[in-house]
Amino acid sequence: MNLDINKIKTDFPILNREVRPGTRLVYLDSTATAQKPSIVIDSMKQYYELNNANIHRGIHQLAEEATAMYELARQKIARFIHARSTKEIVFTRNATESINLVAQTWGRKFLQAGDLIILTEMEHHSNLVPWQMLAEEKNLVLDFISVNEKGELDLTTYDRLLEKNPKLVAFTHMSNVLGTINPAKEMIQKAHGAGTLVLIDGAQSVPHFSVDVTDLDADFYVFSAHKMVGPTGIGVLYGKEKLLAEMPPFLGGGDMIKKVQLRSFKANDLPHKFEAGTPAIAEAIGFGKAIDYLSSLGMENIADHEKKITQYALQKLQYVDNLKVFCPNVTERGGVISFELDFVHPHDVAQVLDHYGIAVRAGHHCAMPLHEKFGLPATSRASFYLYNDYEDVDLLVIGLQQVNEMFA
Amino acid sequence: MDDFYRELIVEHYKNPAYKGTLDPNDFTYEDENPLCGDHIRVDLRVDDNNMITEAVFSGHGCAISQASADLLMESIIGKPLEEVKNMTKETVLELLGIELGPVRLKCALLSLKVLKAGLYGIGNIEEELLEI
Repeated sequence: MNLDINKIKTDFPILNREVRPGTRLVYLDSTATAQKPSIVIDSMKQYYELNNANIHRGIHQLAEEATAMYELARQKIARFIHARSTKEIVFTRNATESINLVAQTWGRKFLQAGDLIILTEMEHHSNLVPWQMLAEEKNLVLDFISVNEKGELDLTTYDRLLEKNPKLVAFTHMSNVLGTINPAKEMIQKAHGAGTLVLIDGAQSVPHFSVDVTDLDADFYVFSAHKMVGPTGIGVLYGKEKLLAEMPPFLGGGDMIKKVQLRSFKANDLPHKFEAGTPAIAEAIGFGKAIDYLSSLGMENIADHEKKITQYALQKLQYVDNLKVFCPNVTERGGVISFELDFVHPHDVAQVLDHYGIAVRAGHHCAMPLHEKFGLPATSRASFYLYNDYEDVDLLVIGLQQVNEMFA
Repeated sequence: MDDFYRELIVEHYKNPAYKGTLDPNDFTYEDENPLCGDHIRVDLRVDDNNMITEAVFSGHGCAISQASADLLMESIIGKPLEEVKNMTKETVLELLGIELGPVRLKCALLSLKVLKAGLYGIGNIEEELLEI
């Protein structure tokens, strides 16, 4: 089914604003954070106006409503990614915190000096640094699946690395720079064949296509609400129940305990064991609404739409002089295109485009090692989501031609 | 746009007058802006009275960082080293003749940061420069 993009655009109030008088916003930076539809924004406002209370232990009406709304959001998320139970859905601040949680609890408890963790060269800093920190603390070994010229993971190096008896493989489901969608299911099967657990960074996948963590058989899967039309400040750690149960708590405090004495505590049941302190309640409710919104459109339809827009953009960008797309021939790709314009620094590209109301990102997109590998200090990146249409791409192309005119 | 990339800036970016290296030099220092990978090196020659006689920059970066480096080199030639100490964010903004947001301000100030850090030690030059 084709999405009605004109209708969708009206669901997002920000897309109706002018960046400057007379210049409409062309938002091509959803990979950094997505815009929010009214139903998400309104649900949070409504919560504060009608239901605001702290959750879980309150007996009064508001506390019961707030608790029910918070837990309903968890159920929506569990269903959305096909988790077996809400016990497997831990609320965190974002995907980054979810990865840190696994590193600091599972990693600290189960890894020992000399143990190997496999990562890839295309990881976001959030799936590198937490492991570097743990490796330094515990003398672990990190090794990396390389990225080939085409922009895809080199699975022969993966096979070789799996022979070294790694304890964990952690990789991104979709690259935030190249748009490459990695063959997660196949890679998980191989890891499990080698007796290795797998953590997947789903920050760029869950917002853009249907993800089934049970079918994938992922051990840990992490993502953030704000990249999937939800609010900032809330994310998810999915973990298999058996693994989460074996892990020690992350932060200590209220709500994560069953019983506290002066010198000891007993941790709460899953998933509350990992949710210390008052959580982001309004954000969880907004997150639930974001999932309702995406589900009402259909993740397959969203993925199809993005594929069409991306193909159209790749084709159109060929006609921009001096422009080179970073790995244009990736076979399985999402709606992310990074590029460089000869002679023009990405900051200047972004600045001139901004003049025309076009928001793109310029820099290393939190993937410095990947840029280094390809010998690029920085790139410009346009990314597409459900509210972008062909006209947005046309405006990008016109904007880039203006950049050329100014600097060539 | 005319405001932002004034012809002056694009001109200095495309055809910098003070781009190069000096060998030998009396002073050389380099640094980068990790945010965008911009890299700037500044080479100076001074006379017996510590008056700057030659100043050039090298490296790569965006139009703002390159143009501000070129303008800065132009402005310090013939001045005593001591005077660089008094140069501030405003000095650079005046040279560029534009207003800048916090992100691009870092690009614009990179060359002054290199110059001051090189002359007076690293310290908190950036914080100092970015102070309002």
